[in-house]
Amino acid sequence: MNKGTKTSRAIINGIFTLYSLLCIIPLLLVFSISFSDETSIVANGYKLIPEVFSLKAYDVLFKDFSQILYSYGISIFVTVVGTILGVMLTAFYAYPLSRQDLPYRNGFAFFIFFTMLFGGGLVPWYLVYVNLLDLKNSVWVLIIPLLMSPFFVLVMRTFFSSSIPASILESARIDGAGELKIFSKIVLPLSLPVLATVALFSTLNYWNDWYLSMIFISDNKTISLQYLMYRTLLDIQFLTSNSNVASQISSAGGGNILDLPNKTLQMAMAVVGVGPIVLAYPFFQRYFIKGLTVGAVKG
Amino acid sequence: MKLQPVLGKEPKVLEPTIKTRRKKNSFFRNLMKYKVLYLMLSPGVIFLLINNYLPMFGVIIAFKNVNYRDGILHSPWSGFENFRYLFSTSDAWEITRNTLAYNSVFILLNLLIGVGIAILLNEVKNKYASKIFQSVMLLPYFLSMIVISYLVLAFLGRDSGFINATVFPALGIEPLDWYSEPKFWPYILPLVNTWKNIGYYVVIYLAAVVGIDEEYYEAAVLDGANKWKQIKHITIPFLYPLMIIMTLMQIGKIFSADFGLFYQVPMESGALFPVTNVLDTYVYRTFLVGGDMGMSSAAGLYQAVVGFGLVLISNSIVRKINSDNALF
Repeated sequence: MNKGTKTSRAIINGIFTLYSLLCIIPLLLVFSISFSDETSIVANGYKLIPEVFSLKAYDVLFKDFSQILYSYGISIFVTVVGTILGVMLTAFYAYPLSRQDLPYRNGFAFFIFFTMLFGGGLVPWYLVYVNLLDLKNSVWVLIIPLLMSPFFVLVMRTFFSSSIPASILESARIDGAGELKIFSKIVLPLSLPVLATVALFSTLNYWNDWYLSMIFISDNKTISLQYLMYRTLLDIQFLTSNSNVASQISSAGGGNILDLPNKTLQMAMAVVGVGPIVLAYPFFQRYFIKGLTVGAVKG
Repeated sequence: MKLQPVLGKEPKVLEPTIKTRRKKNSFFRNLMKYKVLYLMLSPGVIFLLINNYLPMFGVIIAFKNVNYRDGILHSPWSGFENFRYLFSTSDAWEITRNTLAYNSVFILLNLLIGVGIAILLNEVKNKYASKIFQSVMLLPYFLSMIVISYLVLAFLGRDSGFINATVFPALGIEPLDWYSEPKFWPYILPLVNTWKNIGYYVVIYLAAVVGIDEEYYEAAVLDGANKWKQIKHITIPFLYPLMIIMTLMQIGKIFSADFGLFYQVPMESGALFPVTNVLDTYVYRTFLVGGDMGMSSAAGLYQAVVGFGLVLISNSIVRKINSDNALF
């Protein structure tokens, strides 16, 4: 290895180390703010390393932990139930589409792919869920709309038709296996990679969703974790940016709102919300990288 | 078709009678023969009917003057009144411009930076380091827009934000009120979007770069080509098809914006609307904040119809290049 390639390698490694820092620093900043003392923050602003270390924000947060726990519960329920039902629904739709011998197969394929091209828009979609199905404020409205995505059906169908030899299905049929048996005993076990990929991305979609909550949830009961973080982001900011409002509330006997470590509390909420995901990330990231490239083969 | 000698003649006489009988019964026979497969399809069909096809009929709302006394179905028709009103405001132009301009910038950045980083990352020969860089870069892709909003606020907050309170004083620059200064957001939003999504494009392009046969490079080295020439004449030409397809797929969706990016990240600051309002946020605000069903539907239908055209056009181009990558 000559000197030129050595220095160029050092430069490339330097660039990537810098870029990796750029990806992590914003998270570190939020983490650091949440462990800072509120008065030092108000005086000197956010720092990457806490000037004065304090656990006050977490103290306040954990005093009333029931809402956070409840929101975690909602998010976990929605994610688990949604992913299981969604993967089943997707596989059920994708498998028949992969069967070359199925009559009207193209019609069913068109039926789902057309939804990728054209949609009725927000208003009628909202009315179907709220007026027709009467699901406003229900936990199911956070699950149903994300059950099946045409893109995942496409990915799964391609996997079924390209990775499962038709001869295996044929010989199973000759042995007298029914369609359901072939599907559950042969097709599904051979398709674990694609099932895992779809499940992983579905999990992510459900876990990160706040849009459905914003549209359909108006009471204070069915608040998922993301939605709780959204409300905290707006509410605490609202209190601190309108000191009139804050003083009105505190003079009306609503407690010492100005005493609350608002800024650090807000970031502590973010840490509690995103922390587990970031901690789990190193363990599942390689499956995602694999999954992304599986999806891109036909995308 | 060639005529089959001897054997082919016999069935030909019988064919018409069999065919008509088969036609009559084939529908039910197929239904019975494949009943399990059709049953498997049925939950998905029901889902699509409710979630996708039923709302499609709802586009009629765009042509109605909806009032709550008559209900949606019985409200009087208003023809193109909603559209006429929509396009007579400056909003229509603004949201169309913002949607198209931002998405064009995003597509360009995703392409250039994505390919650039992928090629550079391929030069990191330490497998372990390369894996770590790749997964760190992908981390922002898995954060929700709410979390991203927190991160952006930590940097851009007016009083305590990292930029105003730490970076600017060190450089001797006066603090800025980021959330009420529209002029910065055409730079902030592409930055945030690229930061969040570039990991995805890097992973896709890197997979293609890694797949290029080593022999081409070996031959090039024998011919005395340096690294830059190898990249220019081997790597990039090999990536062209993927680059074109990835870009065209994004162009097909150029008329729909990332709602979270434009709604959450600017924290709904009204002062920023001229540079942050896009079709999706307009449809949302007009309906769920403003309560104007007709106008919101009209804007939604405008978006759906133009988007439909764009998908058709980009897909037909993709199919010309590589039919395997076409959606249909």
